[in-house]
Amino acid sequence: MIDFINLYLVPGLTIGSVYALGAVGISMIFGILRFAHFAHGDLMTIGAYGVLTAVWFIPLHPLLLLPFGMALAIVAALAVDQFFYKPLRKLPTIYTVIASFGVALIFRSLAQLFWSSGNQVFIPGVRPPLVLFDTFRISALHAQAIILTVVIAVALHFFLTRSKLGRAMRAVSDEPELAAVAGLDTERVVRWTWVIGAALAATAGVFAGMDTSMHPNLGWNLLLAMFAAAVLGGIGKPMGAIAGGLIIGIAEETATYTWLSDEPLISPSYKSAVAFFIMVALLLFRPQGLFKGRLL
Amino acid sequence: MELTGLFFYLVSVLIAGGIYAVLCLALNVQWGMGGLFNAGIAGFFAVGAYASAIVTTAVSERHLGGFDLPIPFGLAAAMLVAGVTGWAVAKICVRLKSDYLAMASVGIAEILRLVIVNESWLTNGSLGISGVPRPFGDMVRGREADLLYLAMVWLCVLCVYILCQRLYVSPWGRTLRAIRDNEDSARAAGKDVDWFRLQTFVIGCAIMGLAGGLSAHYFKFLSPSATEPLLVTFLVWVMLMAGGSGNNRGAIIGALAIWLLWSATEIFTNRLPPEWITRSSYIRMLFVGLLLQFVLQRFRSGLIPEKSPEIRSD
Repeated sequence: MIDFINLYLVPGLTIGSVYALGAVGISMIFGILRFAHFAHGDLMTIGAYGVLTAVWFIPLHPLLLLPFGMALAIVAALAVDQFFYKPLRKLPTIYTVIASFGVALIFRSLAQLFWSSGNQVFIPGVRPPLVLFDTFRISALHAQAIILTVVIAVALHFFLTRSKLGRAMRAVSDEPELAAVAGLDTERVVRWTWVIGAALAATAGVFAGMDTSMHPNLGWNLLLAMFAAAVLGGIGKPMGAIAGGLIIGIAEETATYTWLSDEPLISPSYKSAVAFFIMVALLLFRPQGLFKGRLL
Repeated sequence: MELTGLFFYLVSVLIAGGIYAVLCLALNVQWGMGGLFNAGIAGFFAVGAYASAIVTTAVSERHLGGFDLPIPFGLAAAMLVAGVTGWAVAKICVRLKSDYLAMASVGIAEILRLVIVNESWLTNGSLGISGVPRPFGDMVRGREADLLYLAMVWLCVLCVYILCQRLYVSPWGRTLRAIRDNEDSARAAGKDVDWFRLQTFVIGCAIMGLAGGLSAHYFKFLSPSATEPLLVTFLVWVMLMAGGSGNNRGAIIGALAIWLLWSATEIFTNRLPPEWITRSSYIRMLFVGLLLQFVLQRFRSGLIPEKSPEIRSD
């Protein structure tokens, strides 16, 4: 039982936190701009490389240097929105999807150009996990990722329900025409959507990069699970996306547990298929997700 | 000598260009005619490549088969297996709306990749399949074989083009365009939208499988890491957008134009200083990414825009 918690549940929560932070951006962009942002994973990569570069120059813990990565990701997101997505906004959204597919490649090739295509690590060496109550083991990184995600989720909740800007975002996501008629500045809402989405993507990217290692495909490899998380939580529901991310993370990890026999239920090499099947099943049977998101 | 070298370089470029033209025609069936977004092109391409390789290689203990059958059987198997895979996918996913289908197709490509890497009884895993035969491999060797293969690839392009063109002008193609342009009115006119979409997806996937088979017999070796899957998918999309989606001739011209551009930049980037040469493929990728943005914003109808055939009323 304790093995189940240490080896399956905690890693599931950790990778779930990464998915959750990435899926918030995907869900908000899908809700407000109405398109599936294929470059979101690579935006995570860019943000994480921003932090990695900062670590080379400033001898501090990577998480303290997060603002550098966030800044880089925000600049990148606002720039591609301005130059590549905005000119297509009047067209059917599928054109923007194709454009974002291209932006994903642009981000990735830039990462390969500036930061090499090999594996890099944030902090060299192995750190022993923390041991609590004699048997409960958790690595410091996993604890940080889970705690920070909870903090962000609470902050996001208050931002969306209490602040003027947050309420404007929900309004544009739920009823764009009504929001525009009511005099809300849609472009401002769009800008802040990118700022928040990119900042959270950078955070998720750093956690993912610290958990394994940094490489240019890091973000793209997480994209499918983040889409699944956004659909599971309901499109346009940031809090749903957080829940969705955690559920997908836990489902992926615990699917490899020895549930029925001594063999893993699903071979670990097929782990990333779990997210796909959850997503397809949802799209077919409950497309609005768990928390009644938009139907597009 | 310089000149013959250049000539055979051009031959190899045109062989690959022909394979891309087949892929581009396949995507034109799915996206250009049917409006179905498929971001998993590389997956079906790989399925076709493996199917053809397994059917035509000599018996081996390291992977399924081989069955040592002639190459036409291999290409037929490539189309069949890729088509059946496409059918299974379409059966589930074809009802999804555009953006969701795009997400799902990324997942499908990923799962196909996982199967190829992990099921080593089938594909010999990451070590790959070697000794895939070339047509007339016992009779011609070396550079003459390349010329022969060039002819064979472009014969396939011609056949696929004729097929796609027939599909496009047929009542079937007209229904498809009606569904693409206005799904609700096509449904109101009594067309079975899902059934037409399923057929479109399967036909497109089968042609992608054919392209995969052609590339397996060209390179004679096949492994999961041989191609960057995302790059293949992406290049085909850029080719179709640049050539003119909805137009079969545009698809072929687009494939050739972008592939020649891609190969020409290779010559250019090879002259860069040595510390940049290892990164040259990333520069080219960046360049193609920017090219797609340009095409989407300024040049959306492509080199040869779609022109619907006249409607005869007799």
